[in-house]
Amino acid sequence: MSATMAAVGLVLPMAEGEHFPPTPGSFWQPLFAIPGTDYAFTRPMLLIAISAVVLAVWLWLTTRHAAVVPGRGQWYTEQVYNFARNGIARDMIGSKDFMRFVPFLFALFVFILLNNLFGVIPGFQNPTMARIGFPIGLTLIVYVMYHWVGLRKAGSVGAYLGGLLPSGLPGWIKPMIMFLELITFFITRPLTLALRLFGNMFAGHMLLVVFIVGGWYLFRTWDPALMAVAIPAWVLGAALTAFEALVQFLQAYVFALLAASYLGGALADEH
Amino acid sequence: MEHTTIASGVLKAAAESEPMGAGVDAVPIYPYIPELIFGTIVFALFWWFVAKKIVPSLEKAYAERTAAIEGGMQAAEQAQAEAAEAKKQYEDQLGEARAEAARIREHAKEQGAQIVAEMREQAQAEANRITETAHKQIEAERQQAMVQLRGEVGTISTALASKIVGESLEDEARQRGIVDRFLAELESGEVRPEKLGAGSEQGS
Repeated sequence: MSATMAAVGLVLPMAEGEHFPPTPGSFWQPLFAIPGTDYAFTRPMLLIAISAVVLAVWLWLTTRHAAVVPGRGQWYTEQVYNFARNGIARDMIGSKDFMRFVPFLFALFVFILLNNLFGVIPGFQNPTMARIGFPIGLTLIVYVMYHWVGLRKAGSVGAYLGGLLPSGLPGWIKPMIMFLELITFFITRPLTLALRLFGNMFAGHMLLVVFIVGGWYLFRTWDPALMAVAIPAWVLGAALTAFEALVQFLQAYVFALLAASYLGGALADEH
Repeated sequence: MEHTTIASGVLKAAAESEPMGAGVDAVPIYPYIPELIFGTIVFALFWWFVAKKIVPSLEKAYAERTAAIEGGMQAAEQAQAEAAEAKKQYEDQLGEARAEAARIREHAKEQGAQIVAEMREQAQAEANRITETAHKQIEAERQQAMVQLRGEVGTISTALASKIVGESLEDEARQRGIVDRFLAELESGEVRPEKLGAGSEQGS
């Protein structure tokens, strides 16, 4: 049965008996083997590809004839673009340097947002970022980027590392602060950036599955008492779906905002 | 279904050749490498597309919009300046026209006054002339009447006196010029024509 589901590909894959209650393994949804390797092409990989195509087509169609006086489609696109451009990039990086990071941050924001929203869009109903490989990939780009920008700005590795220290510290405390700063810059930041996005999507989706699929299981017992319990479970599931949509937006925003903040911090003159 | 801790899950996942994240005991924070690579590549392609196609066209539209707004403002300023200039010109012309009109009015007034004075003078002269002519005519007529009267009065008086006296005095009266003298005296005011009797007493 799950093979059929996988073949259909776009149906909630955890609606079947063998997967309840949901486990981390429920997120493992291979579609087919990649020829010549031991690896499988998974459903989240398909979803992320779809998201890129959908976003690219949407952006292309609405900005292809970008005009001084925008049409309706261009206007909506501009609202999203302005949110990333001014609300994220310019506010965090400053109006001097932000323009060269706008393409990255805008792409990052809409990319994560759509992949997150896949968690509540019927037919997809699986947030791509609940598979940690994707957040790690995005985090790696951010990680390399802000270190690279900082290194370029400082001129040398020594100057860059020295620049991590806040100025005006007494000498004896410098080693300890340096240690903390190194941990922050090289371990905590990438780790939290990836895990925050992954954890929110993963846990949120688990929660929805518990309430909605769980309700279905209660209902299918055909026991009137349990069937009655299924109704509030579904009500809660619906409410949580709305809540989850908010979380999905917020996580996309937070990820892009933090990426911009790290880049802005690397560019700032004074730490 | 047995409980899974992260540690045991990691160990198990490492031990088994099954793909990371698969199965019930999967470790969710273990990335499935194909997903990591594939996702990164897909995002990189999307990023490239956005940077090459989307952002430039949007920024171009923004720049054009800014330019259009600034251009519009410049055009508006220019139009305003032109309007101000036209207004100034118009006001200047209006002022000139007013001055001209005042000058013309002044001139007309002067001319009018002059004409009135001339006319008055002319009228006065005419009136004087007419009056003079009338006087002369009246005088002439009076003279004529006087001459006529003198003759007639003499004749009548003589005739009357003749009738009263009963003899013809005509020749004698004419000889002596009595009538003429009487009339001259009457004219000069020496004799008052109160009564015929009194007049004749004085005259004799």
